[in-house]
Amino acid sequence: MDVSSPRFKEKAVIALADPTLRQALGQSRKGFVNKRAELVAALPEFEALRDQARDVKNHVLENLDHYLERFDSAVTAAGGHVHWARDAEEARNIILGICERVQARTITKGKSMVSEEVNLNAALEKRGYTVVETDLGEYIIQLAKEPPSHIIAPAIHKTKEQVSDLFEAAHGGPRKTTVADLVTEARLVLRDKYFKADVGITGGNYLVAETGSSIIVTNEGNGDLTQTLAKVHIVTSGIERIVPTLEDVSLFLRILARSATGQETETYTTLSTGPRRPGDVDGPEEFHVVLVDNGRSKMLGGKFQDMLRCIRCGACMNHCPVYGAVGGHAYGWVYPGPMGSVLTPLFVGLDATRDLPNACTLNGRCQSVCPVRIPLPELLRELRHQQHQRGISPPVQRRALGVWRFVAERPGLYQFANRLAARALKGLSGRNGRLRHLPFASGWTALRDLPAPEGKTFLELWHARQT
Amino acid sequence: MPESRSAILQQIRAALGRGPLSDAAAAALDARRPAHPRIAVDDDDLVARFVTRFESRSGTVARVSGVDAIPAAVDAYRQAHGLPPRAAVARPLAGLAWPAGFIHHPGPAGQDEQMSVTPCLAGIAEIGSLILASGPDSPTTLNFVPDHHLIVLPAGRIVRHFEDAWTLLRALPGGLPRATNIISGPSRTGDVELTIQLGAHGPRSVHVLLVADADRATP
Amino acid sequence: MPRVGLFATCLMNLFRPSVGFAAAQLLEDAGCTVEVPMAQTCCGQPGYNSGDFDAARTLAKQVITTFEGFDYVVGPSGSCMATLRHDYPKLFEDDPEWHPRAAALAARSHELLSFLTDVCGVTAVNAAYTGTVTYHDSCSGLRGLGVKAQPRLLLGSVEGLQLTEMPDAEVCCGFGGTFCVKYPEISGRMVDDKLANVAATGADTLLGGDLGCLMNMAGRLRRQGSKLKVFHTAEVLAGMATGSGIGIGDGEH
Repeated sequence: MDVSSPRFKEKAVIALADPTLRQALGQSRKGFVNKRAELVAALPEFEALRDQARDVKNHVLENLDHYLERFDSAVTAAGGHVHWARDAEEARNIILGICERVQARTITKGKSMVSEEVNLNAALEKRGYTVVETDLGEYIIQLAKEPPSHIIAPAIHKTKEQVSDLFEAAHGGPRKTTVADLVTEARLVLRDKYFKADVGITGGNYLVAETGSSIIVTNEGNGDLTQTLAKVHIVTSGIERIVPTLEDVSLFLRILARSATGQETETYTTLSTGPRRPGDVDGPEEFHVVLVDNGRSKMLGGKFQDMLRCIRCGACMNHCPVYGAVGGHAYGWVYPGPMGSVLTPLFVGLDATRDLPNACTLNGRCQSVCPVRIPLPELLRELRHQQHQRGISPPVQRRALGVWRFVAERPGLYQFANRLAARALKGLSGRNGRLRHLPFASGWTALRDLPAPEGKTFLELWHARQT
Repeated sequence: MPESRSAILQQIRAALGRGPLSDAAAAALDARRPAHPRIAVDDDDLVARFVTRFESRSGTVARVSGVDAIPAAVDAYRQAHGLPPRAAVARPLAGLAWPAGFIHHPGPAGQDEQMSVTPCLAGIAEIGSLILASGPDSPTTLNFVPDHHLIVLPAGRIVRHFEDAWTLLRALPGGLPRATNIISGPSRTGDVELTIQLGAHGPRSVHVLLVADADRATP
Repeated sequence: MPRVGLFATCLMNLFRPSVGFAAAQLLEDAGCTVEVPMAQTCCGQPGYNSGDFDAARTLAKQVITTFEGFDYVVGPSGSCMATLRHDYPKLFEDDPEWHPRAAALAARSHELLSFLTDVCGVTAVNAAYTGTVTYHDSCSGLRGLGVKAQPRLLLGSVEGLQLTEMPDAEVCCGFGGTFCVKYPEISGRMVDDKLANVAATGADTLLGGDLGCLMNMAGRLRRQGSKLKVFHTAEVLAGMATGSGIGIGDGEH
């Protein structure tokens, strides 16, 4: 997928001016936020579960090599195959190789952010395969030829009317206008595809080292139809998605749906352990897991290791006021919102993603809802630090910081400058109490007045009062 | 690719600043069986909690007096929903006294299948879910393809937590089944304007036949 | 009597000295001796949040040295005080000389209202304010320092004051330090959302504990032509909220 993160500001401004997007984002996100809040309030164990989830993830990361090897052995023992991909290209080639070997024609897909990350669909389509996204949201954006704008609700930016337009264009009339009719139409169209599919590709929410199972968690059942009806099931997952045992799975099931969609559980949790067995009348004949590194192992042991705890629930973006204002597409790659603002620079480089760590008020709401307690604001600040050290931050900002530091390091000069500013700004404002324009603060005064100082600084007034 | 496997493992170990784990350390990790916090299920009546939770997710429940009453309950459901007298019925239930003219087969469920009747491994009271283990006696297509999925759940098979269900899974003769489906009501989607719509891809209706007589019901 | 060093935040010092005097009075009423060291400047947060950790460390050292002799350091800002409490020890994580000093200062540093209630045990103030107010939870104070119940407790004791909660009181107002000038369009949407929630309460006064947020919201209100009064919570609690509030001059009442 192309990286359009360098155009963050431009795309954000366009998004802000889009009333349809605002309508779509506003209601949906509020639903997630409110439902999550109700469930969390009703669950006294929630904070303890978050602590434990953080600790288990940290434990896994400290022993990642061991658990990956155990998982590999367990999948093999169950009759499946594990493939290791160092980067996106290797991941694509492994999957292309399997599709070619089984002479696939139609490929169905359950939701997988890793497949977006490695840009799989384009590679498959280039080789002539028919690729069908089966998650309703993914299907909608596939028709719209757009990337997902949210990691669990990929079409959250689309209104019902826009979906009606897309379906009418793709399926022909008569135009469906209710959500029920739209869902039924997609159901009918996609039913055929599941039964026709040669290969079904899904993501993996969890990979269980103990049993060699890969787990998907869905509401629609599309992932299950995808992986049950195709002749070959391929799981794509990041290497960090390992959990040691089924007991650990319980823990994550208790926090995932609550954090993600504000439900006690999603409708379907499915553990897949190997291919069809003797006597089975359905299920895939082959079971493959593609373990994707693609930069993850480089995050281990460093300042960004905490980010590898992420379980892709989307709570951070649901609660992020910046995401809420601009939507997911402005971020310009696969992962939007706070988690994406950390991951994108790490995956595609600091230079192309200069805005992402900065387009954040560090208000901390993301961290306060993260089920695995990732210190997102701290990680974003660390990225700013790396930008500063590498000289990537804008020259204007660097000069301003330099002046600020020079003055603030010198208390006498600082007080003098403040006294001067207090008088000057007060003078400019007259008796209005505020300024409408200030040449060197247009970022502020473009949208706001600047409340004027009272004329003297606190320190000089206090000093005068004491003497 | 074998070289990728070793390269990734090597990179992980380098990042962690160590070599492969010692046998003793690895064995300790393999023996790890954590006891994580569980959600308080104080209510001694697991059945009531299961039913409340399952119904809150748009599942429906009919109480059945015993195994022998299952065919009549299935038929009543069928008639109430205007379905033809035909279903994919998992093998353990095939021997029940099905009404005359009721056609059933053990699966797999094909594209025209409208109704299925299956057993399950257990119910989980914690969240009101059913856990189904795939196998020759319980094909996975029966759980996802038909519009109507009827699940026989003996009341005595409702366990408290996920952990209890894992214990049952591990005790299965072949270990973990190929597919373990934990199902909490009908298929749903919120992908259009977060409006919940049932029957996205899987069953539009999931109906539990809750069998009172636990002992005899065990398929 | 505990000896308190009052941390004069940059915005308070330059734009709103009355907040400093309100803070001092509240502290004195709570039985503290208040001193204001003249050698103080900025806590360093602008540098820290811009990724210039070196500049942040330099200013942190200055603050640590200036306030080392006090029993407590108290400031009328959740944002600056969270920097002292949480960020200073992190900045000197690997510095054996400065880390203990940073940690010691952090342990003695408090946001004004949480200091008054949690440390001094104040449960009521002797002040009156006629009006319906709504309170914005500034993010650093709320999530960084747990400031939520304290302002509401104290505001509850102000005679004549009626508090009406706004929807999404805990959502950021769009200030975010330099964020609001770097991304003015996004910040503008956020502050407009916030002010719509403020308006929904029907309150005549907006209160908060951080001047950054208050100036952002007041500045936008004035641009919209609104005369809604905006005060720092301390001004109301000290009985000093007598004028027209932030961003409205003497000439227009």
